[in-house]
Amino acid sequence: MTIAIETPVRADAWSGFQGEAWRKEVDVRGFVQANYTPFHGDASFLAGPTARTTALWAKLAELLKQERAKGVLDVAADRASSITAHDAGYIDEAAELIVGLQTDAPLKRAIMPNGGLRMVEAGLEAYGFALDPVVREVWTKYRKSHNQGVFDVYPPEVLAARKSGVVTGLPDAYGRGRIIGDYRRVALYGVDFLKAERQRRFHELDDAVFDDATMRAREELSEQFRALGELVEMGAKYGCDLTRPAANAREAIQWTYLGYLAAVKEQNGAAMSLGRVSTFLDIYLARDIEAGFLSEAEAQELIDDLVVKLRIVRFLRTPDYDQLFSGDPTWVTEAIGGMGEDGRTLVSKTSFRFLQTLFNLGPAPEPNLTVLWSTELPEGFKDFCARVSIETSSIQYENDDLMRPSWGDDYGIACCVSAMRIGKQMQFFGARANLAKALLYAINGGRDEKTGKVVAGGFEPITSDVLTFDEVMAKFDPMMDWLAKTYVTALNCIHYMHDKYAYERIEMALHDRDILRTMACGIAGLSVAADSLSAIKHAEVHVIRNEAGLAVDYRIDGEYPAYGNNDDRADDIATWLAETFMKKIAAQPHFYRNATPTQSVLTITSNVVYGKKTGATPDGRRAGEPFAPGANPMNGRDVKGFVAAGASVAKIPYACALDGISWTASATPDALGRSAIEREKNLAACLDAFAMADGHHVNVNVFDRATLVDAMEHPELYPQLTVRVSGYAVNFVKLTREQQMDVISRTFHTTM
Amino acid sequence: MAETDRAPGGWSAATRKATGLRAVRPAIRGWIHSVETGAAADGPGIRYVVFLAGCLMRCRYCHNPDTWHMHHGRPTTSREVLDEIGRYAKFLIHAKGGVTLSGGEPLVQPDFTHAILRGAKEMGLHTALDTAGFLGVHADDALLADVDLVLLDIKAFDEARYRDLTGVALEPTLLFARRLAAMGKPIWLRHVLVPGLTDDPTEIAALADFVAGLGVVERVDVLPFHKLGEFKWAAEGVPYTLADTPPPTPDETERARLIFRARGLFTV
Repeated sequence: MTIAIETPVRADAWSGFQGEAWRKEVDVRGFVQANYTPFHGDASFLAGPTARTTALWAKLAELLKQERAKGVLDVAADRASSITAHDAGYIDEAAELIVGLQTDAPLKRAIMPNGGLRMVEAGLEAYGFALDPVVREVWTKYRKSHNQGVFDVYPPEVLAARKSGVVTGLPDAYGRGRIIGDYRRVALYGVDFLKAERQRRFHELDDAVFDDATMRAREELSEQFRALGELVEMGAKYGCDLTRPAANAREAIQWTYLGYLAAVKEQNGAAMSLGRVSTFLDIYLARDIEAGFLSEAEAQELIDDLVVKLRIVRFLRTPDYDQLFSGDPTWVTEAIGGMGEDGRTLVSKTSFRFLQTLFNLGPAPEPNLTVLWSTELPEGFKDFCARVSIETSSIQYENDDLMRPSWGDDYGIACCVSAMRIGKQMQFFGARANLAKALLYAINGGRDEKTGKVVAGGFEPITSDVLTFDEVMAKFDPMMDWLAKTYVTALNCIHYMHDKYAYERIEMALHDRDILRTMACGIAGLSVAADSLSAIKHAEVHVIRNEAGLAVDYRIDGEYPAYGNNDDRADDIATWLAETFMKKIAAQPHFYRNATPTQSVLTITSNVVYGKKTGATPDGRRAGEPFAPGANPMNGRDVKGFVAAGASVAKIPYACALDGISWTASATPDALGRSAIEREKNLAACLDAFAMADGHHVNVNVFDRATLVDAMEHPELYPQLTVRVSGYAVNFVKLTREQQMDVISRTFHTTM
Repeated sequence: MAETDRAPGGWSAATRKATGLRAVRPAIRGWIHSVETGAAADGPGIRYVVFLAGCLMRCRYCHNPDTWHMHHGRPTTSREVLDEIGRYAKFLIHAKGGVTLSGGEPLVQPDFTHAILRGAKEMGLHTALDTAGFLGVHADDALLADVDLVLLDIKAFDEARYRDLTGVALEPTLLFARRLAAMGKPIWLRHVLVPGLTDDPTEIAALADFVAGLGVVERVDVLPFHKLGEFKWAAEGVPYTLADTPPPTPDETERARLIFRARGLFTV
């Protein structure tokens, strides 16, 4: 490994660090609290890219261009991936400061058949690659996958619900993801320490009653121990001795990254968050800068190089998957900023440095940089965040003031919006149930409005020509019960089998042994369902039936208040829907591994597919038309501007959607003010307001509609144009045409 | 986390408070076209903008011809409008913004306008009046006492051109401007730059001299003409005479700004 920055490696890795408790037990938060330096200044200290960074990125840009043309650049289809399966790989070995790739070459994707062989085969076939016959033989004859396990147990109603799309996006064919290893532990403690800790936890159970839970815990601890050994082996391929703690900033970044890399070598997870590393790494960077080992430019360069690696994490996925979650997302989510429980801000200089990568390397969807917003954040940081949003549209915001009381001050964000204490909590990812379609099932007595087939058995349809609110509600309530039951059954099947056949060994090795598990359910079509019920209540909705008597369309006489205008008549319905469905979820008799049920209002780009799978709805939405993403009001129905729309979204109580409530707001630059400074201040004020109103999550896009139209016509001119879509960011040019149209048609606030 | 304390003034039903003051004042009836809860260009900070319906002018570049007729709006009362504003009051204060009355021409409905301004002041909000000034005499001193800032739109400075462009006389607007100056009322001047119509450098210079002489103009917004409202003309059944007029280039806009800047005026 050639090194551009030579920093001394201390004999005592922890020299200069404060605090005692974290030295004996794994306690990264304790370490951070005892050692970090809050930063209250502005962005003026930041350094631009070095020539090395720019050259490395340019080299990669060429490969990314080839990848965009082909869809997938290359695949290592000759072997199943594991932590140690592939040799070391480099973009440009001599020029890299932080090393490590998922396979032996950049953008060459690995295959991970433990999740499901079918997904691997379909992915390979779609992009013109062939699976190695030995791999196929192993995963058909000798080794079962998660996907097979799930389908061995699914009941017929789940299969029907899955097929009709009333439940969509279930992680039953690939890795479930949304688990965040505490990768910082690798850097702070070194792997030997962590292995010893696992051993101790294992032996604590030597005298326990050997019931299912104990044996499972012991087997998992053994697997975790083994995975840690493989992590050391993988590190050695890159010349890194991970057995010991990182002794300087560069090692801390490298060790942390290799921990993460092991996870993405082993798991094709739906979302593979990084966690909350920036202020942790700041402690190391500050120590080296103070010792004169690093300059600001060199510190930035290390972060830039880490981010380069995070930008090229790849998974092999199928065209079907891309329809749901477009743009090749990996959700390498890094949570930045926030406030500590002691009132000190957790913003450090490295919080700024992470955001600065969007200028140094240009805008990008990954890593999914997520600012934990608090009204108490230092002004300089708020202003910088606003500037980054205005210029790159690449970051999202989540309300730290709302989450901290539930999750403390060392949580990360899994995937898009889901908060979890790092290393102390995981979730069973549950995709989402389609409430709008369930409303149509209530009207049609469980028959699918598109196929006419019975999906939910034992229900009677509404036969009157005009829908009355009371009758619809009386039918909708038991339909939501059916949906909740079917949905939770599916999730129990999925997560039982995932633990059995595709267990996240290395990620769980970087958790405490005893953790909180949540079952993260979700809903789609909230605004469609809310507006439909509002139309039924406040206007006159006539049913149009086909020859078979199936309600397939609706005619609305009169006007109705729509969700998204800070009008309680509609907003209360949305709140009622979210609260009611959560209650119905929570009422289910069993959650795998005693998980605590939660819910999100989040669709990512799947709002387009959900819309496609859902017939015309009583709110006047045409059959097949996209839903609004996440908790957004329907396109064009929020007529009072950004603030009123945000107020409506903010009314959905976080308490009934602890897994997150996503809002995507798009504004033109002019709408934010006439000068750059005005725009920054105004955006920051809006973010404060949304936070004060208990809004949970907001994506901020700032650009002209004309830019997007032009990018659709001339994608080659906009390789890095990034837009935020319900919880994550994508390269606009990588979206399907339909999704591009959806983004363009979405309400742009020409005033906020 | 059963109950959360929603912070800003009345974003939720639970914290919505009646001020008591408005309850005793009679509600004034009026017509509004629409509201915008988060405008950033109509005064300082983020504004709650009430677009009142009704205007006597027929500006050729008008981008809101759907606000010309009072009865194209919806009838409401000052009390209803203020109740709605009250839900955003805390936010508007935090965002260093306030309430802007725009239109249409708010001074077509002076009593209604004043009632809203008074109520907004009682909530502690910054107020702005967005007007073309032609109906300045409708704004009595009591009304202006409740206005913190006037967004004054002077559309042209040559009498004949002004009449051609707007259908009304220029003089009342200039009188209003002088009256505001005499009162020491802050003004943000607005001038829409339409190529071939309002971009004559000599005329702009004369306007800039006048404006600089007022001594109360804090800022000048030179706004490039755009045609986003063209489709609304068709809906009104009125021919649009600027269909072939292009928007000014950024350079042209900047040149017009320089004329104001040369007189020490702050322009954006």
